[in-house]
Amino acid sequence: MNNNDEIKAKNTRLVRKLLFIVIAMFGFGYALVPIYDVFCDLTGINGKTNTSAADETVYEIDKSREITIEFITSLNESAPILFESKLKKLKVHPGQYYTVNFYAENKTNQPMLARAIPSISPGLTAEYFIKTECFCFLEQTFKAKEGKMMPLRFVIDPELPDRYKTITLAYTFFDNTEASVKNKR
Amino acid sequence: MSAVASEHEHTDDHHDHGPAKGWMRWIVTTNHKDIGSMYLIFALIMFFVGGTMALIIRAELFEPGMQFVEPQFFNSMTTMHALVMVFGAVMPAFVGFANWMIPMMIGAPDMALPRMNNMSFWMLVAGILMLASTLFMEGGAPASGWTLYPPLVLQTGDALPFAVFSVHLLGISSIMGAINIIATILNMRAPKMSLMQMPLFVWTWLITGFLLIAIMPVFAGAVTMLLTDRFFETSFFDAAGGGDPVLYQHIFWFFGHPEVYVMILPTFGIASTIIPVFARKPLFGYSSMVYATASIAFLSFIVWAHHMFTVGMPISGELFFMYATMIIAVPTGVKIFNWTATMWKGAMTFEAPMLFSIAFVVLFTLGGFTGLMMSIAPVDFQYHDTYFIVAHFHYTLVPASVFILMAGGYFWIPKWTGKMYDERLARLHFWLSAISVNILFFPQHFLGLAGMPRRIPDYATQFSDWNMVSSIGAFIFGFSQLMFVYIVIKTIKGKDCADATDEVWEDAAKHGLEWTLPSPVPYHTFATPPEKIPTEHF
Ligand code: HEM
Ligand SMILES: [Cu+2]
Repeated sequence: MNNNDEIKAKNTRLVRKLLFIVIAMFGFGYALVPIYDVFCDLTGINGKTNTSAADETVYEIDKSREITIEFITSLNESAPILFESKLKKLKVHPGQYYTVNFYAENKTNQPMLARAIPSISPGLTAEYFIKTECFCFLEQTFKAKEGKMMPLRFVIDPELPDRYKTITLAYTFFDNTEASVKNKR
Repeated sequence: MSAVASEHEHTDDHHDHGPAKGWMRWIVTTNHKDIGSMYLIFALIMFFVGGTMALIIRAELFEPGMQFVEPQFFNSMTTMHALVMVFGAVMPAFVGFANWMIPMMIGAPDMALPRMNNMSFWMLVAGILMLASTLFMEGGAPASGWTLYPPLVLQTGDALPFAVFSVHLLGISSIMGAINIIATILNMRAPKMSLMQMPLFVWTWLITGFLLIAIMPVFAGAVTMLLTDRFFETSFFDAAGGGDPVLYQHIFWFFGHPEVYVMILPTFGIASTIIPVFARKPLFGYSSMVYATASIAFLSFIVWAHHMFTVGMPISGELFFMYATMIIAVPTGVKIFNWTATMWKGAMTFEAPMLFSIAFVVLFTLGGFTGLMMSIAPVDFQYHDTYFIVAHFHYTLVPASVFILMAGGYFWIPKWTGKMYDERLARLHFWLSAISVNILFFPQHFLGLAGMPRRIPDYATQFSDWNMVSSIGAFIFGFSQLMFVYIVIKTIKGKDCADATDEVWEDAAKHGLEWTLPSPVPYHTFATPPEKIPTEHF
């Protein structure tokens, strides 16, 4: 019987340790979320550009290099928005500032809240693609049927490694109206 | 009422009673043999439920065009087939073997935590019932594939929260099962048996147990995030709110890759138990088997992104995950070498368990090779999400895990029931299975290389021929498995079956403690730990 009690006590201690691992791993699953963001931030591998306006630093313009910037627009889950870039392609010199316009129109009869999310490819060029103004920094409000021009002002950091000749900037528009209505409730 | 009665028996006379009378025995039982049987029977039923879903898939794919089901339902079938097979059939079947065999293999009277054992079984049943109930809900069962990727999975109808809760229940059930198995192995072993004298099935389960408690909570977290993204305005995976759907894939595969090893490590264990008995030799390279298992388990945590080569990882990431994945082939190769060396110059006989085990060694190797092909990141861009990968993992799961489950069933059922199964029928079952499984899955390699995507209900006509062959194989394979049920029932009834000896297989008692017990094995065994440990298995 004594032996039995001893095993019982051993089992209880072991179960406690194992349960601790279980709880720690549940926490680890959640910890992966910030770890992922920090890791992507540090390594710059996720094609995420700056999310708030950068200061307009003056760079030396590198006239000897030309980089092609491609603009792609798309919609999430066929959101009822007309969204296009006036320019499909632009050749730029590193260090020089450019402004390009995008056009978006609410196709519904209701007011709309929408958000454009950018993504850059190749991902590693994201840290050299600097935006001083972008419609993607904030959620956009549209009145019913309203259409508007939305500017993007950017510069390519002359530090951009030589091997990159083309950068693709893709925007996806998300209709956030329903989510924000739910939020207010 | 019978529950009350057995309660009384317990207080009066603690040790020398058999099972409780009546059907309540099965609900309240804490006996490892009863619970093992329940797990195995449940897994077998789920094997046929999941198999029926597979046959619906193969019937639809028999010819190009839409024949029998709606595309949405087709996608629910691929999703539910995988979830039922993984969480309802293969994993519970191995837990069933663990329950039956681990205490007998290590000379323990029962599992360490018998009450928790009962609870984890009934939670499994609840989880699977909840999962099955989603089939009847508005919007249908989840149809996103078993990986449950957002944003697609968030479009599931009413079923989403139920699918998530069923994953929680299944997760808790396997965590409790794993804790129980670890505690049994570490604390209940016969004092004479050291860790390095444990049978390999026990070793592989010890390591699998640790894998399970490390990954199931992560999966539970991932599906919880899906739930809050859908209902509570979080944006873990919603790009519009600053989240990232690729993050889900990382979390899922951090769980998902070790999960596939949860299904294969106990397979390795049973194969390592069976092959020496029928080769009449000790297992070749026991300690290298233990270390190989441990290194596979460790490596499985750092290779997950080989499932994500095409998401746009930077080249350094692709290379890291490519080389890490290739390294797994080394310990896996060690194992295959050891099984082959065990058979080398052995006095082999080819009873059904051995036939299934040999087929496992050969066909699992094939699955490993296609895995190696896909581990090469640049070529995986061609294979990814095609039928090639479907062929890969079915070779590692059906003629590997499932064959070894059959082998284990034939190997131990004489010990459990005291009767020999019908060897002639079992061999027929083997040959039908071994041939049809290749008709079923081998052509899928060709389909994948030719570019047929996975998870689609219809396809271009150039894929017609091999799909037809594959479907024919599927129906032969599916119906052959009914033979297993027939043979098992016949053995349990025992009318026309020979009695099994205590040893069952020639000289088996040298290979494991379970063969030193009488056949059929009494309800309670090893009330006192054994004095002598067999030596042929390590
Ligand atoms: C030598 C060992 C192995 C290697 C190198 C390997 C490699 C791979 C790779 C690279 C993929 C991803 C393919 C893609 O998505 O394009 C994959 C998928 C998969 N493997 Fe393996 N594998 C191995 C063994 C196994 C084993 C033992 C199992 C299970 C018992 C397994 C089950 C799976 C499953 C289920 C998938 C597909 C998951 C899904 O997308 O649904 N593999 N394997
Ligand atoms: Cu994997």
